[in-house]
Amino acid sequence: MKLYCLSGHPTLPCNVLKFKSTTIMLDCGLDMTSTLNFLPLPLVQSPRLSNLPGWSLKDGNAFLDKELKECSGHVFVDSVPEFCLPETELIDLSTVDVILISNYHCMMALPYITEHTGFTGTVYATEPTVQIGRLLMEELVNFIERVPKAQSASLWKNKDIQRLLPSPLKDAVEVSTWRRCYTMQEVNSALSKIQLVGYSQKIELFGAVQVTPLSSGYALGSSNWIIQSHYEKVSYVSGSSLLTTHPQPMDQASLKNSDVLILTGLTQIPTANPDGMVGEFCSNLALTVRNGGNVLVPCYPSGVIYDLLECLYQYIDSAGLSSIPFYFISPVANSSLEFSQIFAEWLCHNKQTKVYLPEPPFPHAELIQTNKLKHYPSIHGDFSNDFRQPCVVFTGHPSLRFGDVVHFMELWGKSSLNTVIFTEPDFSYLEALAPYQPLAMKCIYCPIDTRLNFIQVSKLLKEVQPLHVVCPEQYAQPPPAQSHRMDLMIDCQPPAMSYRRAEVLALPFKRRYEKIEIMPELADSLVPMEIKPGVSLATVSAVLHTKDNKHVLQPPPRPAQPTGGKKRKRASDDIPDCKVLKPLLSGSIPVEQFVQTLEKHGFSDIKVEDTAKGHIVLLQEAETLIQIEEDSTHIICDNDEMLRVRLRDLVLKFLQKF
Amino acid sequence: MLKSQDLSSRILSFSLRLAGIFAAQENCFQYLQQGELLPTLFGEAGPLGGAAWTAPTVRSGWVQGLRTLARHPSALRFLAACGAVDTIFSLQGDSSLFVASAAGQLLVHVLDLAMRGPAEGRRGPRARDWPACAQKIVCHIEDSLCSAATPQVTQALNVLTTVFGHCRGLWTQGLWVRLSPLVARLLEKDPVPASHSLVDLLLSVARSGPRGAAGGVGRSSSVLSSDRGLWETLAQTLSHLSPTQAGPLALGILKLQDCPQALRTQAFGILLQPLACVLEAAAQAPGTPGLLEGAAGDSMTVDTLLSSKSACVGLLCCALAHLGLLQPLPQRPSPWPQVPLLGAVVTILRLCSGSAAPTSDVGGRLCAILVGCGRVQRAALDFLGALSQGTGPQELVTQVFSILLEYLMSPESSSMVLKKAFQATLRWLLSSSKTPGCCDLDPHTQQFLRELLPVLQKRLCSPCWEVRDSGLEFLTQMTRQWGGRTGFRQALLASEVPELTRQLLRDPESYVRASAVTATGQLSGWGLRATPASPERPGAQQESLLGELLHILSTDSEGFPRRAAMQVCTEWLRDGRADVAEDPERFVAGVLQAASRDLDWEVRAQGLELALVFLEQLLGQRGSRCPYSVGLPETAPPGVLAQALQVLCRVQLFEFAFRALFDCDRPVAQKSCDLLLFLRAKAASCGSLQEAGDSPSVASVEATLQRWQAGEQGQPLGYLEPGAIVAVLRSVDLEGLRDTLAESSDHVEKSPQSLLQDVLAAVGVLGENEADCY
Repeated sequence: MKLYCLSGHPTLPCNVLKFKSTTIMLDCGLDMTSTLNFLPLPLVQSPRLSNLPGWSLKDGNAFLDKELKECSGHVFVDSVPEFCLPETELIDLSTVDVILISNYHCMMALPYITEHTGFTGTVYATEPTVQIGRLLMEELVNFIERVPKAQSASLWKNKDIQRLLPSPLKDAVEVSTWRRCYTMQEVNSALSKIQLVGYSQKIELFGAVQVTPLSSGYALGSSNWIIQSHYEKVSYVSGSSLLTTHPQPMDQASLKNSDVLILTGLTQIPTANPDGMVGEFCSNLALTVRNGGNVLVPCYPSGVIYDLLECLYQYIDSAGLSSIPFYFISPVANSSLEFSQIFAEWLCHNKQTKVYLPEPPFPHAELIQTNKLKHYPSIHGDFSNDFRQPCVVFTGHPSLRFGDVVHFMELWGKSSLNTVIFTEPDFSYLEALAPYQPLAMKCIYCPIDTRLNFIQVSKLLKEVQPLHVVCPEQYAQPPPAQSHRMDLMIDCQPPAMSYRRAEVLALPFKRRYEKIEIMPELADSLVPMEIKPGVSLATVSAVLHTKDNKHVLQPPPRPAQPTGGKKRKRASDDIPDCKVLKPLLSGSIPVEQFVQTLEKHGFSDIKVEDTAKGHIVLLQEAETLIQIEEDSTHIICDNDEMLRVRLRDLVLKFLQKF
Repeated sequence: MLKSQDLSSRILSFSLRLAGIFAAQENCFQYLQQGELLPTLFGEAGPLGGAAWTAPTVRSGWVQGLRTLARHPSALRFLAACGAVDTIFSLQGDSSLFVASAAGQLLVHVLDLAMRGPAEGRRGPRARDWPACAQKIVCHIEDSLCSAATPQVTQALNVLTTVFGHCRGLWTQGLWVRLSPLVARLLEKDPVPASHSLVDLLLSVARSGPRGAAGGVGRSSSVLSSDRGLWETLAQTLSHLSPTQAGPLALGILKLQDCPQALRTQAFGILLQPLACVLEAAAQAPGTPGLLEGAAGDSMTVDTLLSSKSACVGLLCCALAHLGLLQPLPQRPSPWPQVPLLGAVVTILRLCSGSAAPTSDVGGRLCAILVGCGRVQRAALDFLGALSQGTGPQELVTQVFSILLEYLMSPESSSMVLKKAFQATLRWLLSSSKTPGCCDLDPHTQQFLRELLPVLQKRLCSPCWEVRDSGLEFLTQMTRQWGGRTGFRQALLASEVPELTRQLLRDPESYVRASAVTATGQLSGWGLRATPASPERPGAQQESLLGELLHILSTDSEGFPRRAAMQVCTEWLRDGRADVAEDPERFVAGVLQAASRDLDWEVRAQGLELALVFLEQLLGQRGSRCPYSVGLPETAPPGVLAQALQVLCRVQLFEFAFRALFDCDRPVAQKSCDLLLFLRAKAASCGSLQEAGDSPSVASVEATLQRWQAGEQGQPLGYLEPGAIVAVLRSVDLEGLRDTLAESSDHVEKSPQSLLQDVLAAVGVLGENEADCY
């Protein structure tokens, strides 16, 4: 069993598991942090961004000044943003049989894999994952395509030139493989390869393994996966949460008794408790708005935003913010808000019960009804008519490199009354803000990540007790900035095996059993003999038939009728030789009685010695030694075959034969 | 009745207790004995061992009956004759905790009864000098102490703890001499059985028992030797018990008035040990001064700290709590290690917040255990607050303020942790600027305030109401203490805190509204308004605040904000706030009107307080409340009184007070009674006021009052003339009413009449033989 690790990002995993003749890709995450190296794509012409000076080498050579721009000491690529794909060279991706998706954030690289690698398999995911994943991809494509940029920079990617660049461009990995965003056509094609599954549904893969999605409690439709054969079980835990938010709670019990547990997608901010962060978010929002400032919340169009809107629904009246407008701007804002209300079966119990009242499960429906929350596809059109300040704006993209958020950063960045509150943990807020410097607006970092923290992981592992844990290298040691925090790593016995990008792990477990079916007529012919209470044995002579990873024992063909005469034997009549088998022995030899029997048969001067594994009976006179152990008996005598046979027969008297 | 087959267990239990009450008198006892009633109830012929005995209430009744009965020597003989003592022994392990506990106490009571008497002083430690009953009990205790079963040992230790805690006879000294070797032997076992009970017993003995009885000048040598034994046992126990178990014992020893210095040092060491370990583990460089010379790395304490999260948290919380209790006591160890303690508690708080970066292995593991642990954070913040009473070097005080600020700012701090952090901050702030005569703040405090107020501001916007509430409480306390200090005033006025406080008057959570009312009252008292009032109308904002308070008083659906509003109104009236002083009559009339309709008794009681303040302002102070001071005759000129009564009539104070007099809540009625008595005394001192006598007005008022007393409070009193008031005041039996109100609320239930009613009710269930009972 091998694990090919194609992504180095612990929360955007992409691994391939080879298990029992199947090749299974686990998640297909797209690392978008690469976009932080690019200049933002403004929705309307930004004089500030277009007038940034070009960057030149220390020696004054300015051949890169078209591609690289400098802003407050940082250098950015002036080009369409590009993404860092999972490793494509480590394994031939056309051999991947299936792709299992655990949540909508972990499928963003899917079009790159399904459309450009010769992939011919099937993708499995739950319905909300597919629908919301489609929204995320649609938003991404829309954000990038609606501001076409003529320039595509590639000079800087040259290895010799990259060496000369300042950090972080200098240290960016595998820049040559970075790709521009896919098209909507590719998205549609990729999504058409997905087969929908429900929680606990068992899916057979070629008769060899069975895969099952389980609720992981992190997002709508998010799943962990069980990959099992008859005797082996691998659990894939990715992006799980034990907190009570909107999705169905995590199914922990089904993860028990795993041979291997692959653990990815833990919280990116293990030191921040989501409750505390929500508190910070609300307090800072209220303080800003009371002072007449605007609040900008860069966010994804689905996920934490539902919980934030729910918190605000409870909070705005108490904080006297009822008259403040909340705007949600995204090309998919409407679909996202509406989708969330229709996936009742994927929601937590409380929200499910609301549906039967009937009430919308999420309170943002009421916010929309009362006009407190308004949503728009973009800043153009209706929004510009309705826009009132002070206000709160939720919009993407959290990287601050594209989407409507770029416009608000340019618009509000100059006033210290305004605040930008970062709630998505995927991007470093300092790096995200770098191309907007100098910035007067206040910045608050309240990352809300509901995924498992290390304390919860430690409890989970104690509960489900896997034999081996496999995790990204980042989880096997404390974070580099807090090397003393031994609590911020996975602590289990045996220690977790860790992987990094482009590494192949041989998983430490051997397959020992395989299930074989016996045909009824063969089973009928067996005559078990009870060799000790509760244990019966029978010998089987049969033909093993293997097809589609299923093994069946069939009755042996009848021996060919003696045809007589001189007819030649035909090849098709060739049947396996059924040798006459020696009888099988069972039972144990009681030493005292054995010695008595020996004495009765004329042996004298018998000495018994105890050994670690059994006994040695010494026949000193005959210079013979009988070694009796639990599963073997040896008679060692000096070339006296007669004696050996005599002794053997005496030994056999104590054993059962069949 | 007892022969009845289907007697319910409750009635049987009642009968047992009743018989006990009767038999408490020796002559009654004799009488009941003649009728063979007592053996039928308490002996083997009774419920004992029968089916009824399975009901815990019957067993409880049996124990309680005997407890009341056992008051005279005849009772002792009866107990011996009916074999009750053996039953009590077995009841010590009863499945019902109430029965088991009562049985233990009964045993002590019987032992005390047996040992007292004329021969008491001559009873030495030897068993042959003791009465048979006592001997039996003590032998049972001895057997239990030697038992291998921990529950038995616990029972014996608990009985002994009660003996030394409650019995003052000389015999207890003998008892200790006899039993102390057995107690000391418990320490040889590993683990020490029933350690909690053992600690309780040793402390109980140390506090009173043999030493107390023989204390003073005339100590005999035998007592001294036993004394020495006790100290040795205590020292041994301290070293045998685990650090967690030894904590309460160490605290108890340090609270003792006189005990050997060596023992005190040992006990203090036990309490300091966990903190010393933390200090050592987190020390950045070796050689940092620790808490305990040479003993910082006690392996047992380190092992406990690192064994598990619960053990570590338990030990640290106990140590912090114990030291916090010790800190304010006069007998606390001296010199008090203020500086290392401060260092240790700051280190613990840093480990809990994850901001400490210990280099040692133990430190790293401690950090992993403690990080984010709310229990330890709360305990440490409490103790840090307690330490504010002492001083420390400026560098350390700066560290204290910075860790407090870190906790107040951290989004990870839970609401309870924040509350404690606010409390500790308040204590440190107040203690840091105690400089007498100085009306301004030092630069450090000023700087801290500048950093603190934005945090407070954010906390007042928290979505968690507990946090908003603690923020407001902190603000109220700060303003109460520092409202007059220029530095504080400037910092506060420059912030948005006053405005936010004002907005919280409309908070959805009633506790927060209540705290906001109190805080706003306090802020406005010091003239710390949200925004400067316009020069043309200086009182405009105050007025609107008053309007807001009256609005809360009359419309808020919850009691807490209304109570707070009443308190603020009372304070305003008492302090003669400018706008209130302009037209106090209108103010009082408005507030009383709102209070009179209130369903919350505390609001009504507070209304009476306000009425009293108003009365005192009109008629002069009430007499000294100290019962021993000699009061000068108080007189008010007749003219003043008449005018005052007119005013009181106009604000309808009498209607309010008389209604309150018959209030269904006793404190309100009591307060009203006091108020009217005060008024009557004032009126009496001024005889010249013309009374209305038998005028129809007085009669109708009295009739209305009678109806009110009967519970029909619908009818209003209407406008009253001052003369009629004085007449009514004289005619109502205020003193009688006061005496009735002073009775406890269950005096009816406790009266003999009530007991009789119970008996009748019980019999009534059995049959219609009410007449026989009489």
